[in-house]
Amino acid sequence: MAEIINKATRESFGLALCELAKTNKDIVVLDADLSGSTKTGIFAKEFPERFLNCGIAEGNMISVAAGLAACGKIPFAASFAMFATGRAYEQIRNSVAYPALNVKIAGSHAGISVGEDGATHQCCEDIALMKTLPGMAIINPADHWEMTAAVKAAVEYKGPVYLRLGRLAVDSFNDPDNYSFEFGKGITLHEGSDITVIASGIIVKDALDAVRELESQGISARLINIHTIKPIDEEIIIKAAKETGRIVTVEEHSVIGGLGDSVCDVTARNCPVPVTKIGIQDRFGYSGPAKELLKLFGLSKENIAKVVSDIVNNK
Amino acid sequence: MNSAEIQKLKGLACKARIGAITGTYMAKSGHPGGSLSSADIFTYLYFKEMNADSKNPDDPDRDRFVLSKGHGCPSLYAVLALKGYFPMKELEKLRHVGAMLQGHPDMKGTPGIDMSSGSLGQGASAACGMAAAAKIDGKSYRVYSVLGDGECEEGQIWEAAMFASHYKLDNLCFIVDSNGLQIDGKVEDVAGLCMLKEKFESFGFGTAEIDGHSFEDMENAFNAARNCKGKPFVIIANTVKGKGVSFMENQAGWHGVAPNDEQYAKAIAELEAQLKETEEA
Repeated sequence: MAEIINKATRESFGLALCELAKTNKDIVVLDADLSGSTKTGIFAKEFPERFLNCGIAEGNMISVAAGLAACGKIPFAASFAMFATGRAYEQIRNSVAYPALNVKIAGSHAGISVGEDGATHQCCEDIALMKTLPGMAIINPADHWEMTAAVKAAVEYKGPVYLRLGRLAVDSFNDPDNYSFEFGKGITLHEGSDITVIASGIIVKDALDAVRELESQGISARLINIHTIKPIDEEIIIKAAKETGRIVTVEEHSVIGGLGDSVCDVTARNCPVPVTKIGIQDRFGYSGPAKELLKLFGLSKENIAKVVSDIVNNK
Repeated sequence: MNSAEIQKLKGLACKARIGAITGTYMAKSGHPGGSLSSADIFTYLYFKEMNADSKNPDDPDRDRFVLSKGHGCPSLYAVLALKGYFPMKELEKLRHVGAMLQGHPDMKGTPGIDMSSGSLGQGASAACGMAAAAKIDGKSYRVYSVLGDGECEEGQIWEAAMFASHYKLDNLCFIVDSNGLQIDGKVEDVAGLCMLKEKFESFGFGTAEIDGHSFEDMENAFNAARNCKGKPFVIIANTVKGKGVSFMENQAGWHGVAPNDEQYAKAIAELEAQLKETEEA
């Protein structure tokens, strides 16, 4: 059993970026007055000459990043997911995605687990917004090791990438000795034949705990971790649909336009099966401690286990 | 610059205007007014000021140009064609299905275009990013960006100005094509934008205000820009929207309307007469 590292994926991001920048001189980092929160401050301290704080001006930051990329740099532009993808959506569309520039957008404090700041800062639409942009890759890592690998993959990938970072510290579940990140490929974390749970991001750990618990109740639930939401691993989803016949998706994002809809799109075109989407329903969040909010919005191992067992038992 | 050189630039600018009018006429759409107001600036930049070689369009050390007021591209395309990036014939297919020349600049499809643009405000920021890249890499290339005066109503222009000044981008030169008109009318009437020079000065820019159709003025201003150290530079170029075609001059209505057959013939006749004058001078 690998050592468990309790760390927010935003911190893993900051550390990985700093490490990669030691050998890759093209990496430059931009932030919009949130470097302490997005953890780009770790990079800024080590490489001040390659760090551009743009102030609270996200639109400019994204277009500046586009200009840097047009001159061969590999810019990472970071802010809260709300402002990176919401405020600057049109800059991302026209300055980055349309010319297919090599800009990496890091959206931190994604989902409702921002917590106390409330609805204005709880971005549950970022994946939906980024998904509609032609050529935009979306990576939503689940733990420290996956984020570390994802940052490296984002650097190696030529083209725009949206990388989703979480605020909450989460336990790692991957084993660095046996873990390999393959861009665009899902990972089966738990085998099962009755039903498939497909999860993404920092909620994957809860889903893993849930399917393990279900096993002790005699329910064989498969768990797939989708770290790359776009392009999505169609093969692993089609196989799961064919072999288990039912799917539950779990995401800390709106059920409109997120992972669940991507899974539905794949199954509807290839192998229609019932899909139940756990996530933020068509509504805004509110203030409260992050862990409490996750529970209230059904993003807990208990609720995942309940939803799955209800479906299986009502077969 | 001697008078022969000025006459040469004037002739090229006439040809650029003919290209822009032909393009918008053939496309039955596009933006003739703002293309004509910027035509002299584009001509000066590509034929006098910038290190730009059509035989080596991807040279990493070349000067960069971003047309932030992307809708003014018909005359930029014509200047790029005159410079040899692609045949002038391409202008006849402007905005057509499958054409190399899109309605707004597309860096992926058009040789010589350094940045895609068209959504107002964004090109200025991208130019800042290019200038910052040069600073980070210790390179000496310069970055130029033409903005519209109406475009300066976009908040992003001022975010970019703040950034350029904060990072002391003295390798960056904005040129505001100040033709005084935008789609809905006079710039001062639509949203009250005024005192552009003072606004940029207060943001920490070096400034010059010139006649945007005078190549002598441009030479002085661009030299001042190059000699300005430790801060970015802006040239407020006072221009005439529709410049060179009598019935289009100072008419907001010619912002985004293509000439019909009769108007096209009249416009080309006027521009060809001006071209002849420069050749005879």
